[in-house]
Amino acid sequence: MANEFAVEMQDVLKQFVTPEGGILAAVNHVTMQIKDGEFFSLLGPSGCGKTTSLRMIAGFELPTDGKIFIRGKEMSQVPAFQRPVNTVFQQYALFPHMTVEQNIQFGLEMKGVPRAERSRRVSEALEMVRLPGMEMRKPKQLSGGQQQRIALARALINKPEVLLLDEPLGALDLKLRKEMQLELKTLQREVGITFIYVTHDQEEALTMSDRIAVMSKGLALQIGAPEEIYERPATKFVADFIGETNFLDGSVKGQNGTTVEVDLPGTGIVFVESSRKFTNGQAVSVAARPEKLSLNNEIKDGNNLKGRVEEVIYIGTDTHYGVRFAGSHKARVREQNISQAHKEIAKTGDEVTVSFTRTSPRLLTE
Amino acid sequence: MLKFFRGKKGFQLFGLLSPGALWILLFFNLPILIVLFISLVERGRAGGIKLPPEYTIDNYSQFFNACSSQFAGPECDPFLYVGIFGHSVRIGLIVTLWCILLGYPLSYFISKQKQIWRDALMILVIIPFWTNFLVRTYALKQVLATEGLLNSFLMNLNLINQPLDLLFNEFAVVVGLIYGYLPFAILPMYASIEKFDHTLMEAAADLGAPPRRAFWRVMLPMTLPGVVAALVLVFVPVVGAFITPDIMGGGKVEMIGTLINRQFGVARNWPFGSSMSLILMLLVLIGVVLYFRSSTEETRRAM
Repeated sequence: MANEFAVEMQDVLKQFVTPEGGILAAVNHVTMQIKDGEFFSLLGPSGCGKTTSLRMIAGFELPTDGKIFIRGKEMSQVPAFQRPVNTVFQQYALFPHMTVEQNIQFGLEMKGVPRAERSRRVSEALEMVRLPGMEMRKPKQLSGGQQQRIALARALINKPEVLLLDEPLGALDLKLRKEMQLELKTLQREVGITFIYVTHDQEEALTMSDRIAVMSKGLALQIGAPEEIYERPATKFVADFIGETNFLDGSVKGQNGTTVEVDLPGTGIVFVESSRKFTNGQAVSVAARPEKLSLNNEIKDGNNLKGRVEEVIYIGTDTHYGVRFAGSHKARVREQNISQAHKEIAKTGDEVTVSFTRTSPRLLTE
Repeated sequence: MLKFFRGKKGFQLFGLLSPGALWILLFFNLPILIVLFISLVERGRAGGIKLPPEYTIDNYSQFFNACSSQFAGPECDPFLYVGIFGHSVRIGLIVTLWCILLGYPLSYFISKQKQIWRDALMILVIIPFWTNFLVRTYALKQVLATEGLLNSFLMNLNLINQPLDLLFNEFAVVVGLIYGYLPFAILPMYASIEKFDHTLMEAAADLGAPPRRAFWRVMLPMTLPGVVAALVLVFVPVVGAFITPDIMGGGKVEMIGTLINRQFGVARNWPFGSSMSLILMLLVLIGVVLYFRSSTEETRRAM
């Protein structure tokens, strides 16, 4: 097993018995490799299997089938207390009956590190999370953000091979969450430890991660860098879950090299560049981001579709136009409000042209 | 304190509180003073007290030196009563320990079930309360008797040749007391364990604690309030118990409760019974005060 991977999941299956007596695959034959030193996010809606995956890496759940390697060593059936990983829990799970110091040094104590070294490293860890001198407090006396940092210090003091974070910012308010996002990212770069980060917040995942695995219904749909996932989503679910996407459903009319001709019934014909091979008549979705569409700004050699504005939504930085085409297709167009004397490009009920290049949309079949 | 009762609100408060306060005053506090009074006077010939009352502290000195009694024979043991007290405390500790050892895992098991099962199992724990205590104790006596259920069962299986002496000894009393007081241990411990957040055990394991260490360092300290409550709720009544030692011990096992009971019955020595009641109360009071002194805010609230 190559050692460049901090964690490797090989065809991991986790089944649960549902209250109704059925069998549910919370994680359905997932394979992924997490590189050493990477900030890796597991992203998906609740129930997609991201937390179960994390819990299997931590050792709180054992896989029904498949293998989990940590630093090249198989750990699939090793109990949690023997794994070289540490976890930051969603609700922090600090020990309420212990002081901050006792909490943070718990892992070192279990390893049998001498007392003097423990207390030195606790102060270092508190420095690192910018809460020096908090040793004697009880967790209850700290704010949510402070508890969060103590939980982080308690995990990182053990210098784990991998740090697992289960929606650690979920309980914080928006402003603090944004601050902590940056702080976590900086911290990760400083300590150089592999972070595996579970979140349902796509913006959070895009901001912080080196790579993201988008999960749904127990499957890892796409694994890649934020840019790759945003610009080249592999499935309709990924395109829809990450950011906003217009889906124009139609069928393939012909393919000439990399140029695919798609018939959007009633709306018109569009040409889209794609490296994939399609068969004539195959049902496809033209997936286009709202910011990649423009209004009344025809593109030569691009696609220009006629439609009618149904709604105009002004949101400060941008204005969103909801356009309905002749067929049943609808699209949302985002125009940035660059000029100060912002003027609506179109009003509700206006006939408009929606344009996009041949390269900007994706052709998705599933 | 009196300014509480000023004004209209205060008047209503006074109206609401006084029946309960009066009840406690009349039927709990005042009787203790009566007991104190009786313990300080000489006994009457046929029970009750000698009239007009003659004050004495003999009833207390008799407790610490049994030979100081005018009825003491030549071979008397001066520490007879102190010894019985010590014996009761020992039985109390054994019973309490077993109730906690048996009740804790059971409470843990119940707390881990689904809501509907938890409720059902807790009802099963409580149901015995609805049967009269005396009936239950007599039933248990039938189980342990020489010709009883347990002995017949073991004999039929040829595990034993002759019946075991399971009744009318300390073993029987201890079993009877554990049987009677186990629910009192389960209820407070269950309340504590049910509130315990099991994620903390995952956190401990995550930080490298094997299950046993995680239990001692995290789960037990966090559920200790329930354990201490169980300790007090079982120990206090068990030390003073008299029905169970009477029935299960068949008059052969003497405890404080049976001793006091006898002073108001056949011995017709009310003052000595009263003095021992107060000594027992003092003993329990000292225990509880020591406990409150050493306990934290949280433990106290669990009571």
